[in-house]
Amino acid sequence: MDWISLLLVPAIKSLVVVVALLTGFAYLSYVERKLVARFQVRYGPNRAGPFGILQPISDALKMVFKEEIVPLNVDHVVYLLSPALTVMPALVIWAVIPVSGASFTLFGQTITPYVSDVNVGLLYILAIASLATYGIVLAGWSSNNKYSLLGALRTSSQMLSYELPMGITLVSVLLIAGSLSLVDIVQAQRGVWFALLQPIGFIIYFICGLAEAGRSPFDLPETENELVSGFATEYGGIKFALFFMGEYIHMITISALATTFFLGGWYGPFVNQIPVLGLVYFLIKVAFMIFLIVWIRASLPRIRYDKLMHFCWKFLLPLSLLNLVVTAVVLVLVG
Amino acid sequence: MPIDYLPILVFFVIAGLFGIVALVVPAQLGPRRPSSNKLKTYESGKVPYGDARGKIPVHYYKVSMLFILFDLEVVFFYPWAVLFRKLKLFGLIEMGVFIAILLVGYVYVWKKGALEWE
Repeated sequence: MDWISLLLVPAIKSLVVVVALLTGFAYLSYVERKLVARFQVRYGPNRAGPFGILQPISDALKMVFKEEIVPLNVDHVVYLLSPALTVMPALVIWAVIPVSGASFTLFGQTITPYVSDVNVGLLYILAIASLATYGIVLAGWSSNNKYSLLGALRTSSQMLSYELPMGITLVSVLLIAGSLSLVDIVQAQRGVWFALLQPIGFIIYFICGLAEAGRSPFDLPETENELVSGFATEYGGIKFALFFMGEYIHMITISALATTFFLGGWYGPFVNQIPVLGLVYFLIKVAFMIFLIVWIRASLPRIRYDKLMHFCWKFLLPLSLLNLVVTAVVLVLVG
Repeated sequence: MPIDYLPILVFFVIAGLFGIVALVVPAQLGPRRPSSNKLKTYESGKVPYGDARGKIPVHYYKVSMLFILFDLEVVFFYPWAVLFRKLKLFGLIEMGVFIAILLVGYVYVWKKGALEWE
């Protein structure tokens, strides 16, 4: 083990993942606007470049050159740091997600399709995902604005609550896979996808994922008609864009994790003969999940906050526990 | 193996660098014309009054407390689930007792009305 394989290869891989995620975020915002526009029989962005394809670039340039406004009453250091604190966890989750099944060799180095395959991958993901709450709470608190504080409180208790059923559901996945490593979990789905063995678990995971990412119909973090823009009210320019980025990358991550845990990751027809198909299948599945999320946003109204909490604590939590018990009993019976 | 975590550390550094660059560089590029109205706390155009950090409903505190209790119990599921194939029936009965105790607490919390949100 020399410094090239220890530091340089992971650094280049991390850079590739970060750049891919940022590009993915930029074009996800375009695709979402275009899709929602189509759902509402509009054109969507179509001025910048052919079919508006350059819209994300023009948005990014606009955000970068915006005036830096820091309101007088805010807690300066925390106010400035919290956008970065929201984006960083969303990025570093990707360190353990395997995007393909096959390693390849480049310049004598074996390149694995993940940054690191730690044996507690699932725990790592849950831990980092919880960190994202901090950025939002700190943003709301440091803004010293009533809307921000209310938005941050709502967001944090929503994210905390929905983490419970999600965690319990992932235990059922774990029971079948028997390993916390994400590579092992995908390899356990070589024959049958876990979405077929765990249909209820898949639905619970998907609902909780929507709530964790603050997506419609659980987009209570924003509620623009009552809280202006929730925790991001006092933010503008690139700092607002970072929150936006955090939300969208979270959405990509939720889709990628749904793919990894339930939809068989990189597996598909002929993947053993042509290894590069693994990445293609992975991306197709992620794109399908993202499309589902956008579709739901275009179809469902936002639900009321008390109903949101009741739904989580009184329905999803017992249901996920029941799902876990049934899974365990069936596993013992089958042997 | 601890060496597996080194790439994750590298990833953290790269993500951190991105965060710093994204915060520092655009702040130097944009114009800066502050005025007293621009820097006021935003309250939908009204003159802001009072401090934002007043009393907040107790529900939020309740939810976070319940979350900590239940989440700690969920953490115990993970090692159990990994070893389930070795524990077999013994593991099932043991975790059944654990879930039963968890459910007693859950029913108590529900009956006490802690899950209500008025």
